[in-house]
Amino acid sequence: MEGLLLVIFGAVGQGMIWGIMALGVYITFRMLDFADLTVDGSFATGGCVAALFITLGIDPIVAVFSAAAAGAVAGLVTGFLHTKCQIPAILAGILTQLGLYSINLRIMGRSNLPLLKSDTLIKQTAELLPIEGSLLTSIATIAVGLVFTIIIVALMYWFFGTELGSAIRATGNNENMVRSLGVNTNKTKVLGLMISNALIALSGALVTQSQGYGDVKMGMGAIVIGLASIIIGEMLPGKRTNFALRLCAIIGGSIIYRLIVAGVLKMGLDTDDLKLLTSILIAIALTIPVLAAKHHQKNVYKANNRKIGDWNA
Amino acid sequence: MLKISHVSKTFNLGTINEKKALDDISLVLNEGDFVTVIGGNGAGKSTMLNMIAGVYPIDSGIIALDGKDISLESEYKRAEMIGRVFQDPMMGTAADMEIQENLAFANRRGKSRTLKWGIQKEEKAFLKEEVKRLGLGLEERMTNKVGLLSGGQRQALTLLMATLQKPKLLLLDEHTAALDPKTARSVLQLTSEIIEKEHLTAIMVTHNMKDAIAYGNRLIMMHEGRIIYDVKGENKKELKVEDLLRKFEEVSGQEMDNDRMLLA
Repeated sequence: MEGLLLVIFGAVGQGMIWGIMALGVYITFRMLDFADLTVDGSFATGGCVAALFITLGIDPIVAVFSAAAAGAVAGLVTGFLHTKCQIPAILAGILTQLGLYSINLRIMGRSNLPLLKSDTLIKQTAELLPIEGSLLTSIATIAVGLVFTIIIVALMYWFFGTELGSAIRATGNNENMVRSLGVNTNKTKVLGLMISNALIALSGALVTQSQGYGDVKMGMGAIVIGLASIIIGEMLPGKRTNFALRLCAIIGGSIIYRLIVAGVLKMGLDTDDLKLLTSILIAIALTIPVLAAKHHQKNVYKANNRKIGDWNA
Repeated sequence: MLKISHVSKTFNLGTINEKKALDDISLVLNEGDFVTVIGGNGAGKSTMLNMIAGVYPIDSGIIALDGKDISLESEYKRAEMIGRVFQDPMMGTAADMEIQENLAFANRRGKSRTLKWGIQKEEKAFLKEEVKRLGLGLEERMTNKVGLLSGGQRQALTLLMATLQKPKLLLLDEHTAALDPKTARSVLQLTSEIIEKEHLTAIMVTHNMKDAIAYGNRLIMMHEGRIIYDVKGENKKELKVEDLLRKFEEVSGQEMDNDRMLLA
């Protein structure tokens, strides 16, 4: 029983802190309509910056915000490559992502930096909690994740309702219109990318603290996990829900993804096969609505034609 | 108000696809002028509007608006002074945003976008009143997504959005061409009303010769990147479709071969 609880609580905690990354992906992928592949790099950058700062004895909270700032710079680079150098979105993101691998190695000076002896947000929170036992770390992670998620969802809800935030949303919707109404779409795109990658790096910083080490490879496949969370999250509520609820649903999607992963691992799946499983899951999730629509159309056609009767008669 | 002098533009310069789109165009618009522009396909009508709006850079010449040289200014900068409605009804509105969000966005044309709320409470009432003027019943659907509207409704909305903040110049690029005849008529009527009421300076490209004659105080005809005919005031009022056809043949040495223009 406790083993099962451990798995569930662990998955919920991971889902929350990884969910912040999914919120960042949501800004580019859904709002800005920009396929940003910087993610894998900026997530690791966040983790590496946090690991470095924490081992240097800097306060973990400061480390988290510094990581977010580093992510924003990564987004700025991708935005610059796309808007000023006119490099296609996907390529601009890949270039930044690849370059960040070397930068991340430079930041930490090695490929893996453990935080065993250092103070992390998770450890600090665990000390504050009036509980003990094996669930403590998971619950501390959930608490940290919850606080950050609430603040970030609230900030996003506010920001994307402002004039500036609306301009970013409108840019993803109809760039031509935005320009014809006097807004510089290069600026809105760069700003969107910066905010997105700041959130992604912030998530990386929290993940580093929860797993107890920073690693240059920790961002591998992050974009796919982010997309999975968004797709699962969008299946949760109905179509007409408000923005804040949609953001919460993405966190929910991230938690569900982690529960699925924990489930299949518990059933004996090799961790090496996890990435393949994730890819297959997303491919299936994207295919189902297409097949369902086709199937529905066929049924409607059949039902209507039955009313007509025998066409050959 | 608008002064275009010796503006030229060649697309794909130096390749086999080289196309001289504008050939030494000069044009002066006075405040309150409502100019209609006609001409065959590839005459340079849309290119001229796009050059004024700053969609593409010009190769030579000066474009000045309200005494200010804007030849090298970017599209979004010029948009602070210029309102535009496009041929494609999808181009002027954001489909996934609410009607009132679109309007509030347009209501901030030429102003910097701050961290103030994107649509103010008292503004909602004002926008609702403005939408009422369209006479389409959209004032009851202010929170609907624009994507749910028909092409004609979207075009009427775009027109309102382009004029919410009074532009120094309104550019209409065949904005009724994609609509059915009845809707086209009402959008055109609305256009004329708004231009008159707000005393706007406007350029309207059209394929319809009758409309070109019926609306505005001045008409110009374009052919192969040049302005070949410019008529205003009393002379324009007496103009007939046959006159335009004769003029076209006379100046271009060709027969008008554009079905769209002849049938219209």
